[in-house]
Amino acid sequence: MVSTSENKNYKVIGTRPIRHDGYDKVTGRAQYGADIKLPGMLIGAVLRSPYAHAKIKSIDTSEAEKMDGVFAVMTSKDLPRLGDVVRGNSEESGSEKHLSENVMAFDKVLYKGHVVAGVAAKDQNTAFEAVKKIKVDYEVLKPVINVDQAMAKDAPILHEDYSGDHLGKKVKNSNIAAHARHEIGDIDDGFKKSDLVVEKEVDMQTVHQGYIEPHTGTAVWDEEDRVKVWTSTQGSFSVRDSVSKVLELDVSRVKVTPMEIGGGFGGKIPIYLEPIAAVLSKKTRRPVKAMMSRTDVFDATGPGPGGKVKVKIGIDSEGKILAAYADIRLEAGAYPEAFIEAAAKCVFSCYDVPSMKIDAYDVLVNKPSSAPYRAPASPQVAFATETVVDEICEIKGYDPIDFRLKNVAEKGTRTALGPKYRTIGLKECLEAAKNSDHWKSNLDSNPSPGKKRGRGIASGYWFNIGFKSSVNLSLNPDGKVALTEGSTDIGGSRASIAMQAAEVLGIPAEDVRPSVVDTDSIGITDVTGGSRTTYATGYAAYNAAHKLIEEIIEKAALKWDISKDHIEYSDGIVKSKTDSELKMTLKEIADDPPGGPIVSSASVDLEEAGGGFAVHIADLEIDEETGKTDVVNYTAIQDVGKAIHPSYVEGQMQGGAAQGIGWALNEEYFMNEDGVMLNSSYLDYRMPIALDLPMIDTIMIEVPSEEHPYGVRGVGEPPIVPPVPAIGNAINDALGLRLLSTPMKPSKITEALKRKK
Amino acid sequence: MAENKVKKVAVNTTINGEEMDILVDPYVSLLETLREVIGITGTKEGCNDGNCGACTVNLDGRIVDSCLVLGVEVEGKNVETVEGMATPDGLHPLQQAFLEEAALQCGICTPGFLVSAKALLDNEPDPSEERIRHWLAGNLCRCTGYDKIVKAVSKASKKSK
Repeated sequence: MVSTSENKNYKVIGTRPIRHDGYDKVTGRAQYGADIKLPGMLIGAVLRSPYAHAKIKSIDTSEAEKMDGVFAVMTSKDLPRLGDVVRGNSEESGSEKHLSENVMAFDKVLYKGHVVAGVAAKDQNTAFEAVKKIKVDYEVLKPVINVDQAMAKDAPILHEDYSGDHLGKKVKNSNIAAHARHEIGDIDDGFKKSDLVVEKEVDMQTVHQGYIEPHTGTAVWDEEDRVKVWTSTQGSFSVRDSVSKVLELDVSRVKVTPMEIGGGFGGKIPIYLEPIAAVLSKKTRRPVKAMMSRTDVFDATGPGPGGKVKVKIGIDSEGKILAAYADIRLEAGAYPEAFIEAAAKCVFSCYDVPSMKIDAYDVLVNKPSSAPYRAPASPQVAFATETVVDEICEIKGYDPIDFRLKNVAEKGTRTALGPKYRTIGLKECLEAAKNSDHWKSNLDSNPSPGKKRGRGIASGYWFNIGFKSSVNLSLNPDGKVALTEGSTDIGGSRASIAMQAAEVLGIPAEDVRPSVVDTDSIGITDVTGGSRTTYATGYAAYNAAHKLIEEIIEKAALKWDISKDHIEYSDGIVKSKTDSELKMTLKEIADDPPGGPIVSSASVDLEEAGGGFAVHIADLEIDEETGKTDVVNYTAIQDVGKAIHPSYVEGQMQGGAAQGIGWALNEEYFMNEDGVMLNSSYLDYRMPIALDLPMIDTIMIEVPSEEHPYGVRGVGEPPIVPPVPAIGNAINDALGLRLLSTPMKPSKITEALKRKK
Repeated sequence: MAENKVKKVAVNTTINGEEMDILVDPYVSLLETLREVIGITGTKEGCNDGNCGACTVNLDGRIVDSCLVLGVEVEGKNVETVEGMATPDGLHPLQQAFLEEAALQCGICTPGFLVSAKALLDNEPDPSEERIRHWLAGNLCRCTGYDKIVKAVSKASKKSK
């Protein structure tokens, strides 16, 4: 680990304790979404559209209602019709009408798998049989399944009633939900003065987050019109908000209890089954649990947007970037929001670019409504930019790291949307890459016979969101601390949050017991997403711990009857500054403290943490005959700000790299022209298995964020950004081929090799 | 409904060393039998079609995806699940190694990996990295990139020698 932070003597931060929730998770005790069982519980199932685009003419539920063991049937007639009000400000933005229509179709189905009806029955088998008896009369329409089709003249329109914002103008009857532009300087002048201009367009296929746990939703709607929801989510408060809107209930009538979450990567921010379970419960007054199959998950949730990105970069004769242009067209899916603002923020984020222009289009297509996927939209744009940069280096004979260093974004560099960077660590990452054993190693030291090797490098960025978090602390009579928080724990954040409180209190990590609690038991906390959790909820824990110390000192002052100015606290001991006799451990002060138990709470609403950057190096070995590509060496370098629990930081870097490798080489929604996904199983949607990957080496760089007391930056998202271009660049290094569409699968490699000959 | 009135079948089986008699619908998977009939939910459903390995259990010494086995098929057999790995005296070395090596993030695939890895180490006390990756190829993990899982299995193997 390389660290530029002052050599502070942390006691807890930077150590690797066993995570607090680990024992439950290795023994099978941990309760995930599907594991909940409530007395009298019914099982819910839904009917999904077989068509990607159709009008619903009528729905006949009578046969299903008559079945033994069926307790309730619902359609969108049982949901309020919502107006087009925009909600939310983070990764959960969108309109209320669309939120509701995505839960259950009202007039039109917009993707294959769109829910049209729901059933509650005594068991799963009965529910599935009942769903089959629901008859829907559709008027089938032609679907559009990619940005070219959707943006074509005379394209079938998904939302006739929707006005898109095209550079400030409201436009109806278009599948372009938004067209935004960002400009800095004069690119025409920049390109005119350029010595070399390189332009490439990449084509990314739709992918899925691929979390192993399918979505679930369990609910009870009681006689007081209070709805209790149990679900596996990245944000219990965002589920509360969304469910209350879809059902037109005050938020306080909805209580969400988060179950353990079996992966999300952004895909477990939206709601799907929760309001359906709630309405079925209202009709039956019994708990209802609904669960998705794996095919449902592929057909109707997720995906990370596919689309086309064109990037043009001009450089002067010294190798300095003068101008850059990007045309970004991303698939929103059935409802708006393909994260085009994030795309604009990320596309040239690694470089100091004096003039740039970015056109970004949010494009509606007949696919499931896209959800955030780990650094949403950043991998898509990085593929284009990092390919162009690699091509520039190839043409000019520049070292790819030296070129990036020469044009590196650093503190003070202006970003595409205007603000200048505060302290960031991209330069340190590039220097670490240059000095790494991997970069210095001989690529062809041990190639397999008949195979070609190639090495690629690429950079990537994610901006890390801030927003709201709340933490409560309570000092127990044994001197240990109970911590409650609202951030659902997707990969070790209980530990990284508790460790920050433990550091402040100067006690071991295991003496702070974190619990993720329901929405009635903690202050508002935004989603576990945007790489914000360890940063923002950790900051709330830091503040709460400082408040707890103030409380401890006040109680000691009361007990000793001296001024609190004469009392100090460190490492679990509260003592008088002047009288060495006056001294108490946490256990002693916690035993019947004067004026009541010792508790504290804190909340934050933070700005961005300062960006996180990653640089990845990939070595590939490619079989020219079959096109099969093996990743033989891989190194992920990242500025992590400050690694609270280094093992889980490494885990984020490795996991992000693995997802990116899958995206680069295998993964895609393979759809027919009717908009039906043909590979909606794990067998055919091929995510990397253990045998596909090498060990992924990690180099953590610590350039502390200015926004956090320990310098924490989000670490979850940057590592999925560089793999796609790093692998594309490595394929070019091995074979002299620029593959500009994902996945760069064997058939594309062999076809490109044939064309080259 | 007539098609639902299939008679349940009495099954005598041993789950994690405990012999039991259960009544199972003949069309219900072992996975559903464990989770819904017996009520132990450590075995997870990720795909219900034999491609993710989250529901891996040990059936008479052989690892199987419990979603691809019927509940009625375990008559007279021994089934071991993740719940059977730890003893009152402590965790299995694999469970301990998974914790120490941070070999889980969300944890949904962990029970399947632990059951698979245990079957490997029961027969091969010191497998190579290649062998571990091969053996675990039927278990999907989307969080870790497998690096720390492979290291944890390797660590547990040396420990158990």
